[in-house]
Amino acid sequence: MWYLCVFYHRLLDYRKPEVESLADLFGAFEDKQSPDFATRNRVLEWRLPKHHHPDSPFHFVNLPSEDVARNIANRSILVKGIYELWGEGSSFEELKEAVTSYPDERKLPYLESESTFKITVDSFGKVMSLHEQKERIWGLSYIPFKGRVNLKNPDHNFWLMETDDNATNNGLPPVVQRRIFFGREVGGADRKLIPTYQLKSRTYLGPTAMDAEMAFLMANQAQAAPGKLVYDPFVGTGSILVSAAHFGAMTMGADIDIRVVRDGRGPDCNVWSNFKQYGLPMPIALLRADNNLPPWRHGLKEVFDAIICDPPYGVRAGGRKSGGRKLLKGVVGPYTVPDDKRADHIPSTAPYSLLECVHDLLDLAARMLVMGGRLVFFYPVLREDDSVEDHFPEHPCFKLVATSEQILSSRYGRVLLSMVKTSSYTEELALAARIKHLEFKENHTKWLENGNLHSSVFSPADVESGDLKVSKESKPKYRGKYV
Amino acid sequence: MRMLTHNMLSSNIKGVTNGFPLRIEVEKVVEKQVEINHDFLRNIFPKIDWKAFFDASRVMGYAELPEEAPEPSVLESDLEFLRKFHHALLELHLEEGALVCPETGRKFPVNKGIPNMLLHEDEV
Repeated sequence: MWYLCVFYHRLLDYRKPEVESLADLFGAFEDKQSPDFATRNRVLEWRLPKHHHPDSPFHFVNLPSEDVARNIANRSILVKGIYELWGEGSSFEELKEAVTSYPDERKLPYLESESTFKITVDSFGKVMSLHEQKERIWGLSYIPFKGRVNLKNPDHNFWLMETDDNATNNGLPPVVQRRIFFGREVGGADRKLIPTYQLKSRTYLGPTAMDAEMAFLMANQAQAAPGKLVYDPFVGTGSILVSAAHFGAMTMGADIDIRVVRDGRGPDCNVWSNFKQYGLPMPIALLRADNNLPPWRHGLKEVFDAIICDPPYGVRAGGRKSGGRKLLKGVVGPYTVPDDKRADHIPSTAPYSLLECVHDLLDLAARMLVMGGRLVFFYPVLREDDSVEDHFPEHPCFKLVATSEQILSSRYGRVLLSMVKTSSYTEELALAARIKHLEFKENHTKWLENGNLHSSVFSPADVESGDLKVSKESKPKYRGKYV
Repeated sequence: MRMLTHNMLSSNIKGVTNGFPLRIEVEKVVEKQVEINHDFLRNIFPKIDWKAFFDASRVMGYAELPEEAPEPSVLESDLEFLRKFHHALLELHLEEGALVCPETGRKFPVNKGIPNMLLHEDEV
C-alpha cells in the first residue's frame, strides 16, 4: 500500500536510505524476495507528489503493511510521520472531493463515536496563525467525525498539511508546489532522543565525538537491535556505540589510545560513564587494540552483526598503528624493550593512512561479520571530484546498499557507506580484495595518502589562478545536502 | 574484561602460531549484573570455543559449567544452563590481572577491566 512519508527537512541524502534500512530490519523485503543475501533487493518504491523536487519533504512510499510502516516511522530519526493519505489536492475543493471519495471502509473505523482524535494543521515553507489553523480545521466539517477531541493522547491523529509555491530557492527549481494533504498518522519519529543524547550534555567527550543525530542514523543503517552484537574498532568516547546500545544491541569497542578507553578523565568521566548516564547497558568489552593488527583468535569469524565506525581520516584526527615510523620504513631495526621496563612500556606508533585503514576495516568486517551483517562507516570525499561514486572502496564480500553525503565545508564532505555482507570470507576472496585494494590505491586516491586530505581541506585557496572562481560558478550549488 | 572477550582474543605477536587461549592471571575479579538476553546467548553460543571458555571460568573461580560443550538444543530447553552460561560469559569480569601468551609468556596487562593488546616494537 502507498503511504505518504513526510520527512524533517534536514540531512536530505540520509532520508530514504534510513527508511529502506529500517524496512529491511522490519521484514518488508522478506516475503517476495529470495532469502539469498546477495540477490535480495533492498529498495523501496518511491513516488513524488506532482511537480515536487526530489528534495521535497513529501514522498509517497510503497510499504507491505501498516505494521511495517509504523515500526519504520517510530524508530526513524528523519521521518516526521508516515500517513495513510485520505486525500490531496491543489485547492481545498479538490481536497474535499478526494477525501469524500476515499472509501468509507477505510475511513469509518477511525471516526467512531467511542474513539478520540486530534487534527494537526502543519505547513511547509510558510507559517500559519492559530486563527488560520482553526479555520482550516472547521473547513473539514464534511468528514463525519463522531469521536471526541483529545489533544493530549488521542487514539487517532489526523494531519492537514499544506505547502505553498516557493518561488525562491537559491536559483534552483522550487522544492515544493502548492499541495494540500490530509491523512491519518501511522507513526512518527521520536525526536526527543536527540536532545536527550545531545553531545553538550554528554559527560565524556573527545574532539571527534559523533553527533547524536548522526550516531542514531548510523545505528539505523547498521540495523542495531536487541540480541545483536555491534563492534566499533575506533570507539573513542563511545559516541556511536551509545546509539547502538539505545536500540538494544550489545556493544564492543576497541581503540589504540589506552588513555581514552581505560582512563577517560577520571572515575566518573569515561566511556563507561557515557553509557551509565543514559541508563544503557555497558559495552560487553572495551579493549586497546590496533585495527592494523587485530588480536582476534585464528578461526574466529562471523561474530558481529554490525560494525559501525568513523575511521580517522586525518582531517580532525589522524590514525595511528603499531610500529614506529622509522621501523616500518626499515630505517632502524626494532627496539628491544629491556625486560625490567616491559610492563610500563609505551610502544611507538606510526601514522595510519586512511587507505590502509579502510582496507583493514573491510578485511576485518569480511571475516568477522555474520552473513547479511552490515558495515557502516564514514568515508571522506573532496568536493572538487565530480564522479564521487566510482571512488568508494569495494570488497568482494560486500554489496554497497546506501551512500549518503553530508557536506562539511566547501572543500570536503563525508559519505556514510552502508555495506551488506553477501558472501562468506575465504582466503581467495581476501586475496582478490587485496588486489582490488592495490588497484584502487593506484588509480585514484593520491589524496588519501597521508596528509594530502588534510592539506586539501585546510590549505589556503589558490586565488590567483582564478580556477576556483570558475569551478564555483560552473557548478550549481546543491543546497539539499547543506540542510 | 568478560570471558566472552577472553574467548575471542589471542596473542598476535609476530611469529606466534598458536596464541590462543591466553592464560589468565587473576588479581581481582568483580561480578557485574547484566540483563539476560536469550537471543544473544543463542547467537553467540556456536561461536564459543568451549574448552577455552570452561578453563577460563575455572580460573575465574566459577566451577558450575559442564566440561563438555552441551548440544545447542540445551539452549532452547534448559533455562538453568542458560543462566550459568550467561553468568560465566558476561557477568564475571577480570578487573585487574593479565593475559599471558601461551607460546612466549608475554603478558598483556588488564587494568580497570581493559585488556591492553597493543604490541611492542619488536613484536610486530
